[in-house]
Amino acid sequence: MRKPDFVYVIYIQTTPEKLWNALIDPEMTREYWWHHRNRSDWKPGSAWSHENYDDPTAVDIVGTVIESDPPRRLVLTWANPAKASDPSKVSRVTFDIQALPHEVRLTVTHDETYPEMLSAISAGWPAVLSNLKTMLETGRAMPMARDRRPVREAAATGEV
Amino acid sequence: MDKVFKALADTSRRALLDRLHARNGQTLNELCEGLSMSRQAVTKHLAVLEEANLIATLRHGREKLHYLNPVPIHQIGERWIKKFEQTRLAALSELKRKLESRDA
Repeated sequence: MRKPDFVYVIYIQTTPEKLWNALIDPEMTREYWWHHRNRSDWKPGSAWSHENYDDPTAVDIVGTVIESDPPRRLVLTWANPAKASDPSKVSRVTFDIQALPHEVRLTVTHDETYPEMLSAISAGWPAVLSNLKTMLETGRAMPMARDRRPVREAAATGEV
Repeated sequence: MDKVFKALADTSRRALLDRLHARNGQTLNELCEGLSMSRQAVTKHLAVLEEANLIATLRHGREKLHYLNPVPIHQIGERWIKKFEQTRLAALSELKRKLESRDA
């Protein structure tokens, strides 16, 4: 197995159950994940998609649920809908949720990415994870996270 | 946040983060290559960086790999930068980068 391309860690003052729910509940993802929902029944082998909260035809990411062990571990394949039939363009994301005495450690691992995907990912995850933390700890996400993501901002921060 | 600023306030530790930014997921041996620091010093710096959550480590087979974790740096940016400033600041830093690389 190739080594992971990215590993992101964030500590959040919440419970594993609340964090798990925040990954899959559309009312939650709408708040912190650029007004999107993650649609699936979250059973291993099922399809999932990352789509606009108001417009289910605007699908940004598609994939399959590989592993689902609430509230500890969720493994998904992750692809651009236009390229999902090409196995070399299908990456994999793992969410590991670890309960600590006073907080929860969330580790997001992104594997098997390809070069064009790299800049989008490195701009995307740190923002989504900080927004998720803010939402879980304060009940409200940063105002910017509730809007649709500005395309220019994504391009501009792609290198950071 | 104090830990993040303390960890970043050191040239050697920033150099280690730069190396991971250039190539993510390195072992201790790879990180030590070509550095004038002792292996012991690198280990110590990595511990400070991990304590500040600026790097994440994971086991991959028999190796321990180090990854740059930019999440705390993003949180610092978010605290003082407003939504509408972000694109303008990105444009400014892009301008700086272009001008300086042309002069180099």
